[in-house]
Amino acid sequence: MPRLLPYLLLAPATAFLCLFFLYPFSLVAIDSLTRDGTWSLANFERMAGHWKFGPTLRNTLLLAAIVVPLQLTLALLMASMVTRLDRARGMVLYIFAIPLGISDLAAGLVWLAIFEQSGFLNSALSGLGLIDTPQLFLGYQSKGVIFTAVVLTELWRATAIMMVILVAGMGLIPKEYGEAAEVFGASRWQRFRRITLPLLKPSLQTALILRVIMAFEVFAVVLALGGTNLPVLMSETYNWQFTMQERGVAAAYAMVILAISVGFTVLILRLLHVPKEARP
Amino acid sequence: MSKTTVHHAGNRLFLAAVVLACVWVLVPIYLLLINALSAPAEVTGFPKWFWPSFDLASIRFFLGFKGVTAALWSSVQVAVLTMVMAIGTGAPAGYALARFDFPGKQVFRFLVVMTRAFPLPLLALPLAVLFIRVGLDDTVLGLALVHTTLALPFAVLITYSLFSGIPYELEEAALTLGCNRVQAFFKVVMPLAAPGIAASAVFAFVVSWNEVFAAAVLTIEHRTLTAFLLQSLDVSPLPLKFAGGAALVVPALVFIFAVRKYLFAMWGIANR
Repeated sequence: MPRLLPYLLLAPATAFLCLFFLYPFSLVAIDSLTRDGTWSLANFERMAGHWKFGPTLRNTLLLAAIVVPLQLTLALLMASMVTRLDRARGMVLYIFAIPLGISDLAAGLVWLAIFEQSGFLNSALSGLGLIDTPQLFLGYQSKGVIFTAVVLTELWRATAIMMVILVAGMGLIPKEYGEAAEVFGASRWQRFRRITLPLLKPSLQTALILRVIMAFEVFAVVLALGGTNLPVLMSETYNWQFTMQERGVAAAYAMVILAISVGFTVLILRLLHVPKEARP
Repeated sequence: MSKTTVHHAGNRLFLAAVVLACVWVLVPIYLLLINALSAPAEVTGFPKWFWPSFDLASIRFFLGFKGVTAALWSSVQVAVLTMVMAIGTGAPAGYALARFDFPGKQVFRFLVVMTRAFPLPLLALPLAVLFIRVGLDDTVLGLALVHTTLALPFAVLITYSLFSGIPYELEEAALTLGCNRVQAFFKVVMPLAAPGIAASAVFAFVVSWNEVFAAAVLTIEHRTLTAFLLQSLDVSPLPLKFAGGAALVVPALVFIFAVRKYLFAMWGIANR
C-alpha cells in the first residue's frame, strides 16, 4: 500500500476546510478586533453600547433555555415511541423525520400560516365561537405571543434532528440490559431512567451540541414570524452587515455567537463526559 | 382490573400518543399546503376553510412574480454544485478514514468534528469581502463553496461509516484477481456504496436548498429562493409567502422520503 495514498485522498477535503473554514473564521476574528486598520475594541464597544444588544442577547439565550430542554424531552419521548413500535415503524419514523428536511425559513412560513391575522388559529377560534373578530397575534405590542410562536416553531422544526440521533443511539444499547432489569422487576420508567439514559449519554451529547448551536443560530424563523420585533443575535449580525453597513460590528456579533457556541459545546462535553471504555 | 386489561389500556394510550405526535408534525404542513393551493383572495380572507379549493392562482402568481423563476434556478444550481463538491471532496476522505491507519488521522477527524461547534453560516461575512476581491461575489459558485463547507463534514462522516461497513476482504480479493486499486474500488466497492453515497448527496443538496443566512448575505442579483423569500418578507403579500414556503417544503418531503433508510447511517455515526 503506497504510504501517501491516504494523504492524497484527504488532501482536497483538508484544503477545503482550511480555506473555507479555518481561514474565514480567523478573518472574522481580525475584522472584529480592528477598526480603520488598527487593533481596537471599538467594534465590541459599539455593539455592547447599542440599546438593542441587551434585548438581543437576552432573547437568544432565553429562547435556547426554553426550547432546548422541552425539545430534549419531546425527542426522548418520540425516540422511545419509535423504538417500541414494531408495526408501521418505518412510516412513523419517516413522519417524525420530515422536519429534518425543512428549512428554518419554510418552518417560519408554515407557522405564519397558523398565527397570522387571517390564519388558521383565528379561523379555528372563531369557528369554535371563542372570538368574534380575528386577533392580531404577531403585532409589535405582543412580543410574548411572537416569542411563544417562535418557541413552537423551533420545537416543531428541530426536534427531528435530536430524535433521529437518539433513535440511532437507543439502537446501540444491547437489549439484554433491559431484559435483565425487567426480570428483576424494574418498571418501564426505572429501566428508562437507570439503563437507557446513562447508556445514551454519547448520543445525548451529540444531539445537545448540534441543537444548542442551532439555537444560537436562530434567524429566519424569527424574521418570518416577528419581523424586527424580536431581535436575536443572528438577525442583528445581518442588520449590522447590511442595513448599518458596519462590518466590524457584524464581526463582533459573530464573535459573540461563536464564543457562546464553543463555550456551550465544551460545557456539554464536560457534563456528559463518557470514558471511552464505558461506551456501548 | 386484570393484568391484560391494564396492558391493553397502556397499549391504547401508547398508540394515541404515537398518532398525536404524527398529527403534530403533519398538520402544520397541511395548513401551509391549503394556503398554497387556494386562490389569493381565500388566502387573505377570513375565516379560512380547512380544506383547499385547489385553485392554482396562488402558485401561478408566485411563479409569475418577478425574480422567482430566476431564484428557483439559482437555488437548484447552487444545490447541485454543493452536492458535487461535497461528495467529490468528502467521499475520498471518508474512504481514507475507513481504510487506512496513518499518522495525522486523529487531527483530521478533529478538524471535521470541530466544524460542528461553529456557527458555519457566519462564514459568509468575511467571505463576502474576499469574494469581491477574487470576482466570486454574487455568483452561484461562491455561495456553493460556503454551502459545501456546511455539507462537507456530513459527507465525510457518512461516507466514512458507509465504507467501514464494506469488508476490506472484498477489495483484497479483487486485487489478487488482477485488479488494480482503482479498478477494485470502482468494480467492487462502488456498486455496494452507491445507494448510500446517493443518499448523502441528496442530503448535501437539502443542506444547500434550505440554507438562508449565507445565501442572503452572499447573493444580490443571483438570489436563491430562500434569500429571495427572506429579503421580500416585509413587502411580499401572503399568497406569495405561502406559495414560496410550499416550494421550499415539497422538495424536502420528497428528499427525506428518498433517504429515509439512511437517516440512521447518517446520524447514528455522529455518535462515534
